[in-house]
Amino acid sequence: MPDFEAVVGLEVHLHLKTKSKMFCGCDADYFGDPPNTHTCPVCLGLPGVLPVVNAQAVEYGILFGLALNCQIAPWTQFHRKSYYYPDMPKNYQISQYDLPIAAHGYLEVEGQRVRIKRVHLEEDAAKSTHPEGAPYSLIDLNRAGSPLIEMVTEPDIRTPEQARIFLSHIRSIAQTLGVSDANPEEGKMRADVNVSVRRVGEPLGTKVEIKNLNSFRSVARALEYEIRRQQEILRSGRRVEQATLGFDEAAGKTYVMRLKEGEADYRYFPDPDLPPIVVDEAWLARLKAAMPELPAQKYARYVEAGVRPYDAEILAYNPSLARFFDQTLACYRGNPQTVANLLNADVAGYLNERQMEVQETALTPEHLAALAGLFERREITNRVLSQLLPEVMEGADPLKLVEERGLRAVADEGALRPLVERVVAANPKVVEQVKGGNLKAANALLGPIMKETKGTAKADVVKKMLGEMLGVEL
Amino acid sequence: MLAHEIVKNIQSGQVSPQEVVSASLQRIAQLEPRLHALIRLNPQAEQEAALVEQRLARGEHLPLAGVPVVLKDNICTQDLATTCGSRMLADFVPPYSATVVEKLRQAGAVVVAKANMDEFAMGSSTEYSAFGPTRNPWDTERVPGGTSGGSAAAVAAGMVPLALGTDTGGSVRQPAALCGVYGFKPTYGRISRYGVVATASSLDQVGTMARTVQDLALLSDVVSGYDPMDSTSLEIQAQFAAALQASSRGLTIGLVKEALAVGNSPGVLEALERFRSVMEAQGVRFVEVSLPSLEYALAAYYIVNTAEISSNLARYDGTLYGLRVPGEDSTTTMMQSREHGFGPEVQRRILMGTFVLSSGYYEAYYGKALRARARIKADFDRAFSQADLLLTPTSPFPAFRLGEKTTDPLSMYLADIDTVAVNLAGLPAMSIPAGFEGHLPVGVQLIGKALHDEQIFVAANAFEQATERAFARAAI
Repeated sequence: MPDFEAVVGLEVHLHLKTKSKMFCGCDADYFGDPPNTHTCPVCLGLPGVLPVVNAQAVEYGILFGLALNCQIAPWTQFHRKSYYYPDMPKNYQISQYDLPIAAHGYLEVEGQRVRIKRVHLEEDAAKSTHPEGAPYSLIDLNRAGSPLIEMVTEPDIRTPEQARIFLSHIRSIAQTLGVSDANPEEGKMRADVNVSVRRVGEPLGTKVEIKNLNSFRSVARALEYEIRRQQEILRSGRRVEQATLGFDEAAGKTYVMRLKEGEADYRYFPDPDLPPIVVDEAWLARLKAAMPELPAQKYARYVEAGVRPYDAEILAYNPSLARFFDQTLACYRGNPQTVANLLNADVAGYLNERQMEVQETALTPEHLAALAGLFERREITNRVLSQLLPEVMEGADPLKLVEERGLRAVADEGALRPLVERVVAANPKVVEQVKGGNLKAANALLGPIMKETKGTAKADVVKKMLGEMLGVEL
Repeated sequence: MLAHEIVKNIQSGQVSPQEVVSASLQRIAQLEPRLHALIRLNPQAEQEAALVEQRLARGEHLPLAGVPVVLKDNICTQDLATTCGSRMLADFVPPYSATVVEKLRQAGAVVVAKANMDEFAMGSSTEYSAFGPTRNPWDTERVPGGTSGGSAAAVAAGMVPLALGTDTGGSVRQPAALCGVYGFKPTYGRISRYGVVATASSLDQVGTMARTVQDLALLSDVVSGYDPMDSTSLEIQAQFAAALQASSRGLTIGLVKEALAVGNSPGVLEALERFRSVMEAQGVRFVEVSLPSLEYALAAYYIVNTAEISSNLARYDGTLYGLRVPGEDSTTTMMQSREHGFGPEVQRRILMGTFVLSSGYYEAYYGKALRARARIKADFDRAFSQADLLLTPTSPFPAFRLGEKTTDPLSMYLADIDTVAVNLAGLPAMSIPAGFEGHLPVGVQLIGKALHDEQIFVAANAFEQATERAFARAAI
């Protein structure tokens, strides 16, 4: 195994979150709408129509390029890419060729640099469906002419896990910039993968392309399978055949869609309908100024503030959690790690169960800050915290709940002593077991005490008292 | 009647828009069987004329009130078939109108018909129309030129005073010359291309046709101007009519040495000489200028032209609109539809264009053509440092006989020799009726500096005034 290494490059398409399509005024938000309801003569490619570039899309391309440390082209142009397919109304796609909007960037993935070859703008095709057994196909042109960013990496990725993290970083960046929802489930983000395997130190092997992977997990799974497959081929002395593959999610296997054909000739040439776009210094400066804080910068800031790297990364690369974290810290003076713990464990658990974003709940930053404060000052116990969380998520004020229900933590041994003594007296068998060395049995004593105090008794205080009474170290 | 006379008479109430339009339709009914200048009449023309009258009654200012016009059939008209002279679009009814059509309607013009043309604006004689050739009103055994031959013939025959054509390599100017009318192609970008079916996008411009400079200016003022739907459109105020007030005195016109050297027929040389002497008497100075790269123009033109055609015409695949010849799968359907939908010249150019853009050939053909194009532009720039306007023939010969060149594509391409360089350089140019060879009209071409289109009108107007419109009379 260690004698082989995989060489992986990614090609990612992101649907841009612009108001209108790439070259016409049609509403670009067609998700879920009936087929062929977001169309006009331009995106239908009717005779006589002309494209007009969506300025917002160009700005999104520039922002995305900047976020990936790319050089922004001072002069960029659209080309026509020719190929015949029924879901391409003009039978050419307006894309970019030798003058992409951005190029030569990089993104750090766990300390490794993945170089970005290029970022370019283009229009999407329509969507074809082929009903089972029908002698026809259906075409939905809502997607035709939607704005896309295509991003291509250099083959700098070595493992499926790196690929997965890279993609999730790309998603975070796109969401942070607001340029794309980058949601693979809705088709707002698609990835094609190029992978070859070689013996370490040897020249590159034959690569295959895996197409139409619709989740980050699929990318990782497909890569794992494909890398293993290629290794086995190479180990047995055979050669990998150049091909375009698909991935069967259910079987967890790649399959051949087509073997290498002659190199497609797209006959690129500059689109004469679209004059070149000049990105001048003033425009670039304005966009740079408008650039939000990026995940990598957030991460550094969180770590600086004392958040553990593990938690800082989770928060920094989740734009909605990060926003909420920042809002909470703004009204919180304690240790940020406490808030990070709450968000990443308790709140995240609640959200995952319900498939919600934190902004969709009634939780407010003020309430979260109050809850963290109560906990950090040891005014409530872990147990009370867990009890309160669902209600706080639904908008309840934790301070009020604690006051109304008397949930403040009890650490006063004098106040707890009668109860502890009563429980010890009532459970002679358990006491015997504990004294006999079965320390775990002490939980049976702790339970009733907690129940009696509605979880407000501090577990460490109670344990200390029990230990003293029973002459053991709990 | 001329357009400006119609407008005057309608505005003074001497005649109604309906009367003018029905007179135009009568003239069409009378001459169309002999000329075949048109592909389709607008069945709504008379109702539209009535609407113009209502708008006038409301006090609207309509610079083309009630003027009947024809449009080349590659200019999209909502609810009126737009065929491009092709079987491929024989039944295509656009759901939208071109910007120029909107501007015409806004100005009160009435579209009476769509004019015949070479299929998808490829040709020089209107013989490549899928619906049969148009005949020259001066001699029905001869071609009207092309590709806007229907528009030119309709104006020359007095069916309408004004027409729009499109000019990719001379398709407005050459038929204007062969039919004895004025034909003007503006600087690239001055008239919107939105809704004009593309032939070769970087060369295509809508052009205007009329029987007097004044009418030409009137029409050009209406259809020019910035259009946000066309990214190549320019924000420049049209001042064609205003230019007619200016004097030509003091202008310098350059005689293009290379254009005079090649085999021009005697009537053409005579017209050039006449133009020169008339204009000299008007205080215009003539100098000789050279465009050394002109010899590459035709070759460069046919590479750029066919390359863009191969891409622009890719959309006609029988899927969404146009002719569909169903096959067993989408690829067969596409191939059959294209094979049956396109005529031989269109197929020839698609093949050539596909070839010149192919990987491995791109640099040798398309790349080189772009460099030649840049040199031609530079040549023009140099020439314009010596002269305000340049003079060449519009066509080396007057109208040729039907069938004379259809069997030899190259000889047909040579008909464009004087006009294509202007499109490559994106310059404005006009064909001015300036003589006859026997019974056939002859035109000369004045080329202007980019964005100085109006200056051409100044000179053309001076020539017309001095010769008392001797060369632009009605053909029939």
